[in-house]
Amino acid sequence: MWDYTDKVMDHFRNPRNVGAIPNADGTGQVGSLVCGDALKLTIKVNKETDVIEDAKFETFGCASAIASSSILTEMIKGKTIAEASKITNQDIADALGTLPAEKMHCSVMGMEALEAAVKSYRQGGQPVVFEQQEEKIVCHCFNVSEETIIKAIRANHLKTVEDVTHFTKAGGGCGRCKGEIQKILDKVNGANPVPQTHQKLFAQMTVVEKIKTIEQVLEEDVRPKLNMDGGSAELTDLAGSVVKIRLTGMCSGCAGAAGTLKNFIEKTLKEKVDPSLTVEQA
Amino acid sequence: MKVIYLDNNATTQCAPAVVEAMLPYFSEKYGNASSMHTFGGNNRHVIDEARRKVAAFIGAAHEDEIIFTSCATESDNTAIFSAVRTQPRKKHIITSAVEHPAIMEPYKYLETKGYRVDFIGVDEYGRFDMARFQNVLDEDTALVSVMWANSETGTIFPIAEIARLTHEKGALFHTDAVQAVGKIPVDVQQAGVDMLSLSGHKFHGPKGVGALYVRRGVLFMPYLMGGHQERHRRAGTENVPYIVGLGKACELAQQRLNDGTSARIAALRDKLEKGILASVPDVKVNGDPQHRVPNTTNISFGYIEGESILMYLNDLGVCASSGSACTSGSLEPSHVLRAMGVPFQFAHGSIRFSLSDQTTEADIDLVLKELPPIIERLRKISPFSRLAA
Repeated sequence: MWDYTDKVMDHFRNPRNVGAIPNADGTGQVGSLVCGDALKLTIKVNKETDVIEDAKFETFGCASAIASSSILTEMIKGKTIAEASKITNQDIADALGTLPAEKMHCSVMGMEALEAAVKSYRQGGQPVVFEQQEEKIVCHCFNVSEETIIKAIRANHLKTVEDVTHFTKAGGGCGRCKGEIQKILDKVNGANPVPQTHQKLFAQMTVVEKIKTIEQVLEEDVRPKLNMDGGSAELTDLAGSVVKIRLTGMCSGCAGAAGTLKNFIEKTLKEKVDPSLTVEQA
Repeated sequence: MKVIYLDNNATTQCAPAVVEAMLPYFSEKYGNASSMHTFGGNNRHVIDEARRKVAAFIGAAHEDEIIFTSCATESDNTAIFSAVRTQPRKKHIITSAVEHPAIMEPYKYLETKGYRVDFIGVDEYGRFDMARFQNVLDEDTALVSVMWANSETGTIFPIAEIARLTHEKGALFHTDAVQAVGKIPVDVQQAGVDMLSLSGHKFHGPKGVGALYVRRGVLFMPYLMGGHQERHRRAGTENVPYIVGLGKACELAQQRLNDGTSARIAALRDKLEKGILASVPDVKVNGDPQHRVPNTTNISFGYIEGESILMYLNDLGVCASSGSACTSGSLEPSHVLRAMGVPFQFAHGSIRFSLSDQTTEADIDLVLKELPPIIERLRKISPFSRLAA
């Protein structure tokens, strides 16, 4: 049970401006069936004054997605394109009273649809699907870019990976990108992550120390990532600088096993333990 | 507003007769069952009486095969960790991909500790992949834990067959029977299970009490340590009123299984399901129509989102559940529906109705009258509804 404000429930029960404006001057779309929420916003704009004279929405989503869309249409009607463009996701959430943290992405979706609709208007009315800029996608489950994450962190003073997930959905699927989100958080919030180095030179270690060091890196840096895909890795032998690894669980027999060994496990061991190490399948 | 409660797989009403049976053991007969004095010691007999009722209800050969716990999650965790700790040389465990988190999470934890873990998938009807199971089962397998019935779809797994195959390879078989007990006849001897978990509040008992059946002869290691209670198998002062309540709930559930109540519930469920299928386009029933507990139906409404449906139903006093991402806060739709390969446009809009003996014909009629306009309304808002047209 979510703690929705009366305003959210009002806009959910009695959504304003439902539908699509025929021959709209601007059409913005965001989201998909796969994501679980989607919004199509159409606007009618007075070309002389740039004032948004009408706005309608169609939404696939939960109560807060419908409420965010509904209130957005009310917020932009009567505003000029320039004024409307300044509306942020926080403005949408504020207009609804507030949204549960886990539902903040609904307000972000409203802002993105508006951005796309404005772009569509400026380009002559051809529908525009909101897209991340041509840069790095961090969360592949929900198609969230680094820029969206950075924006959300800055605008809403996000501190944790969980916050980022609540606002952008990034990290809410398989979770594989959580490490990357943490790095972005550190970068934006100016944290200095302490690099993990193994003090003693690998070559000078005893065999037991070598095995323990490798095992520690496997436990801290390798297994948590493999576990997310339902797999794991076992250290079976160490011969000179050749590390023998047995992949287990979902990783055993996975088509990408060779890649996991070389591109991930070997790379990690080279970085964290010693550049001379190579990994072979046991 | 009258509450129309169609969420009995989440929890059930604690039956008034159960509450009545429990009440004396709070402030009147509050003694500790372990005490030397008669005042407390008498409660040991009360606990044993409840134990007999639970044992009889699930067909256990001996009363001492029943261990009282605080909930089915504790029963599940206890069973899993006991099975692996008592067979330290075996490093492989198997379960299904559609289990409750109380099974999934310990399995995932054990995987990080070096266990080989296989999560056996299901087909589009939610049926257990027996071929894959037989393929991965081997002499290194310590435990197979497969649920008796699925909480979301009601699909019943062929437990006796899975148990038989498990034993052929010398592994232990546990079943989380939380959604089966009270809904269909459960007989541990007939099914040949080694361990079974059940929960009181799923069949009109109180919350906060469960049981674990451990067949005599199965090696066991306790999960909670620090007391002699339950023959050293589960430490902690016995929760006398709740144990009494669980015993009473078993007694009442046995009556319902005998007196045709199950058939009446199934008829109402079928009426609801058929009625929805007849009046709403683009719907899909999730689960195995042939092997399903009588009280559950899981229906997907294409192109709209489950939470929205639930909220509109809630405004009418109708309580149901959804496998939609939005209701859990997890962002992804139910792992059960995903394992079944239910397409996204249907997975997000899934609603589970779970009935009980208290469900009336009038309840079902109300849902059948009110639901179609809700679906129509949400589809009007949805940008995808034209895809359906």
